Amino acid sequence: MRELKERMIHCLLFFNGLLVVVVLIGIFALLFFTSIPAFKEISLKEFFTSTNWNPTSYVKSSYGIVSMLVSTFMVTIGALIIAVPLGIGTAAYLSDVANARVREIAKPIIEILAGIPSVVIGFLGIVLVGPIIAKVFGIPNGLNALNGAVLLAIMALPTIISISEDALGSVPKSFTEASLALGASHWQTVTKVKIPAAMSGIFAACMLGMGRAVGETMTVLMATGCAPAMPRGFLDSVRTMTSTIAIELGEVPYYTTHYYALFGVGLVLFIITFAVNMVSDIVLHKYQVKVR
Amino acid sequence: MNKNISEKTGFSILRLCMAIVVIFLLVILFDIISKGIGKVNWEFLTQPPRRGMTEGGIFPAIVGTFLVTLITALLAVPMGMGCAIYLNEYAKDNKTTRLIRMSIRNLSGVPSIVYGLFGVVLFVQLMHLGTCILAAGLTLGLMTLPWTITASEEALKNVPQSYRDGALALGATKWKAIRTNVLPYAVPGMLTGTILGLARAAGETAPILFTGAAFFLPFLPRSVFDQFMALPYHLYIMATQHHAISQVRPIAYATALVLITLIFSMNLAAIVLRYHLRKLKKE
Repeated sequence: MRELKERMIHCLLFFNGLLVVVVLIGIFALLFFTSIPAFKEISLKEFFTSTNWNPTSYVKSSYGIVSMLVSTFMVTIGALIIAVPLGIGTAAYLSDVANARVREIAKPIIEILAGIPSVVIGFLGIVLVGPIIAKVFGIPNGLNALNGAVLLAIMALPTIISISEDALGSVPKSFTEASLALGASHWQTVTKVKIPAAMSGIFAACMLGMGRAVGETMTVLMATGCAPAMPRGFLDSVRTMTSTIAIELGEVPYYTTHYYALFGVGLVLFIITFAVNMVSDIVLHKYQVKVR
Repeated sequence: MNKNISEKTGFSILRLCMAIVVIFLLVILFDIISKGIGKVNWEFLTQPPRRGMTEGGIFPAIVGTFLVTLITALLAVPMGMGCAIYLNEYAKDNKTTRLIRMSIRNLSGVPSIVYGLFGVVLFVQLMHLGTCILAAGLTLGLMTLPWTITASEEALKNVPQSYRDGALALGATKWKAIRTNVLPYAVPGMLTGTILGLARAAGETAPILFTGAAFFLPFLPRSVFDQFMALPYHLYIMATQHHAISQVRPIAYATALVLITLIFSMNLAAIVLRYHLRKLKKE
């Protein structure tokens, strides 16, 4: 009797654990099968090579995701250009320069920054960052790719800082001591020994930050203007994959080609973030093994 | 000498990085608090919106966010704890376990809008729930799951192995040992991490856009099968979709302030809870 109860609990917990795998596969499967009907009418070539996304055209609707891919790529790269140096600098400061008291204060600050909802950051993009950009560059409207990049950088920072700091913290003490004993200065030790030793962890941190930026919806939806055209520069309004889904899924009737095509966009988005996460996962895993 | 100068400049740059991050946060908080505080009063918190949402309060949005977070918790907390118990107490280091762990890490990286798409197909259409609190809550629950699992497992790891061994040596079964000697010590940590995850879910907008959040409802939801207003969605509407955007800007600021106050107080509650439960345990 007791044995049976134990077995049942074990089984129950096992299936509970397995559920996570089911959810992940389920997400992929549902996106995949819901987007299939779209490709009965849209050729894969058009989907991946056309820059024209205009499903509601009266003449001929077109479904090309290139301008969305470029938009997503632009805001993400822009965000990384800002967030990576800033994040690594902050992480290096926290792990090697700051004393214990400063670290105690800095930790909650970064947690608070991570806790601000994306919709609030997007709102600030409209009311705060947008007007500043408009003024600095002398353009009528500050809702563009640059705005999105700045905001996404702020959102990616907590991830990059905390994981990079962990990576720097787990560099063996002997590395630092050896470097100092050989006469290197503290600064040289940080830049020439610790950061290179923690490089794979820092890389993984940046990849995770990138994954977050690629998939972020509300911020780019609110702050980038969302003009559905091929962007020519950072001061152009862009419409990312996430914001296209957010804008159009609410208006489109269920079970139309347009509806299925949006799931196609979602599938592409899922695959990109999945790949980014896998790469960071593999790098992080390798690195952990190496240090031990 | 040269080395000294480069060291000083280098460290100054690192300090500057930290300072910029702090300034980002201060500017964000200052802007929202200074421009939102004037509008927040008792009436704003307890009245529904009036006159095409240009006046009145945000009471239905607060209730909606509360209800949807409750559903999220009902799904994500027990399942997250169960999965964490399995991984930390039962699972052997084999392929299945590694697959589960890999799935958890990947799920936490899935974009929130993709959860929204998943919710539309699974809960709204296949399960015929329609757009409602339940569908939105379940969608958010799945999104929160990886966070609650990670937090719960962290808490379980902090319970010393000797606690388990002691119970097992006295003849307790595995489950009994977990229930009496592991869980009581892990629950505070589990709760803390879970509340932090729920706070994040409460601020999410993308997953509820198509699964149940409504632009405006003149009444409170009466069951979990009704649509609802939610604070983050309300802020989105007020910031971008309203017909008189400049007129409702103060309301948008005040909504943002209420939203971040709610989320920070959940975070604070988690920290206070952890502190008290720890004290209780020591006595």
